[in-house]
Amino acid sequence: MTAAVAQIQTNSIEDAPLLKVQNLAKFYGSRVGCQNVSFDLFPGEVLGIVGESGSGKSTLLAALAGHHQPDRGTIHYRDQDILALQESERRRLSRTEWAFVHQNPRDGLRLGVSAGGNVGERLMSVGSRHYGNIRTQALDWLERVEISPDRIDDRPSSFSGGMQQRLQIARNLVTSPKLVFMDEPTGGLDVSVQARLLDLLRGLVRTLGLSVIIVTHDLAVVRLLADRLMVMKSGEVVEQGLTDQVLDDPQHGYTQLLVSSVLQV
Amino acid sequence: MNAQAYNFAYLDEQTKRMIRRAILKGLAIPGYQVPFASREMPMPYGWGTGGVQVTAACLVPEDKLKVIDQGADDTTNAVSIRKFFEKTAGVEVTEATGEASLIQTRHRIPEQDLSKDQILVYQVPIPEPLRFLEPRETETRKMHELEEYGLMHVKLYEDISRHGEISTSYAYPVKVEGRYIMDPSPIPKFDNPKLSDSSAIQLFGAGREQRIYALPPYTDVQSLDFEDYPFEVSKAPHDCDLCGAKDTYLDEVITDDAGSRMYVCSDTDFCSTRRQNGHVGRLGTPVSSEVA
Ligand SMILES: Nc1ncnc2c1ncn2[C@@H]1O[C@H](COP(=O)(O)OP(=O)(O)O)[C@@H](O)[C@H]1O
Ligand SMILES: [Mg+2]
Ligand SMILES: [Zn+2]
Repeated sequence: MTAAVAQIQTNSIEDAPLLKVQNLAKFYGSRVGCQNVSFDLFPGEVLGIVGESGSGKSTLLAALAGHHQPDRGTIHYRDQDILALQESERRRLSRTEWAFVHQNPRDGLRLGVSAGGNVGERLMSVGSRHYGNIRTQALDWLERVEISPDRIDDRPSSFSGGMQQRLQIARNLVTSPKLVFMDEPTGGLDVSVQARLLDLLRGLVRTLGLSVIIVTHDLAVVRLLADRLMVMKSGEVVEQGLTDQVLDDPQHGYTQLLVSSVLQV
Repeated sequence: MNAQAYNFAYLDEQTKRMIRRAILKGLAIPGYQVPFASREMPMPYGWGTGGVQVTAACLVPEDKLKVIDQGADDTTNAVSIRKFFEKTAGVEVTEATGEASLIQTRHRIPEQDLSKDQILVYQVPIPEPLRFLEPRETETRKMHELEEYGLMHVKLYEDISRHGEISTSYAYPVKVEGRYIMDPSPIPKFDNPKLSDSSAIQLFGAGREQRIYALPPYTDVQSLDFEDYPFEVSKAPHDCDLCGAKDTYLDEVITDDAGSRMYVCSDTDFCSTRRQNGHVGRLGTPVSSEVA
């Protein structure tokens, strides 16, 4: 079983990278947001980005997802130069093949629109014009993220934090994206709620074969979800490798510190 | 007050030129909201200062002006605007749709088909159809620019999920020439089909929001809908009780303390013209066809 999974992963890693990032840098005036970041993400791979607060994780993720323009470097998605795309093309990509799960569900949901409308929006934005089909898919997705179908017409403002986050995930995944960016998706939730969400995410990532870049300061999250890890400090990547390797045998002093502090918890 | 104290049609020539440029730009890009520097008018915003400024910029001394509010020429709003232009422009006024060269309206499109010699000016309170779900102006502008209109269908989706049908019954959103989504102002959706392929020029003015947009003659205007919930013009299951018309937009009028009611054309000129021509509804009385 483990061998079979390893085999699949080896095969997928032989494919061309889905995302190829070279020498990426983003500055806030003279302050470094992130710099010298290079990596490849392969189809079906989950890459975790860890590091303490202020280490540049969100800056990097936002640059990758096109929320702001990096100052240096290149990003290629399936051989397309992302930074050279027209804004309309990039926004289209963000609504179709890409998805972004915000830490705060309020940033990723429309609180004044029903749960069904939130899930359906991406479908409508890519041209779905059949109410019945949109509703069927919304119901299907609510079920997949364990939200009762009878909540479909309720507004997310009446949902718990965990439900809002699950709704945000459904809203993002309904158009079958290939690449999902997540910024601290379990942050701000109670521990038991976090565990349930992680479990759900893990299941979705596996069954849908998603490629994911997930930012977190919580090593337990990446241990459960990520195939590979990048450790950031002061805007730079100080160590990267397979998750188990990095966590069980950290090479960089900073990673050793991170790992030991999680062990203390 | 004396008409000589004002420039023709109240606004100075420079302002009118600025507004005309906005109108021309609007006509060149049907359905696109053109910003303009709205001026203070001697009336409150709720009275349609956007429409009044567009009318002022279009009027010439030979014009014949008609002003309607909810289809009627005799409401306070319509009477005040008509008087305003009688006084400041000295133009002739009329209640007859067919005789007017410029019609300013709030909440209705006349029942009678308009001709290529006519201009219809709409008063618009909120020009941005996406505002309801997206309050950020920068974002709605981007959505128009990039034709990202999924959100407009979210509004219709919400209608159906809540009411079992698209319950939006006025200011029903439309797509113009397959490109811009436009708010047709708070006309009933009954009037939406008349927006499309009209012979007249249609101009929309929003004073407080400082926007002008336009439909040149014979523009294609489609009401948004879903394949399984197609746009439908709802029609009260009545005929006009005064003129017997079967296909007009009707107002419900309570006629006595016992709650008796009648249905009459909201377009008063259309109704009275029909009665002059001998049509009689359920509660109508024949009008002498003799012309005095
Ligand atoms: N909008 C901003 N303006 C200025 N500096 C910023 C901004 N956002 C982040 N930074 C700075 O960039 C660095 C990286 O921040 P961030 O990417 O948010 O880190 P993380 O997500 O790892 O906590 C920090 O020094 C932070 O103070
Ligand atoms: Mg962060
Ligand atoms: Zn009538």
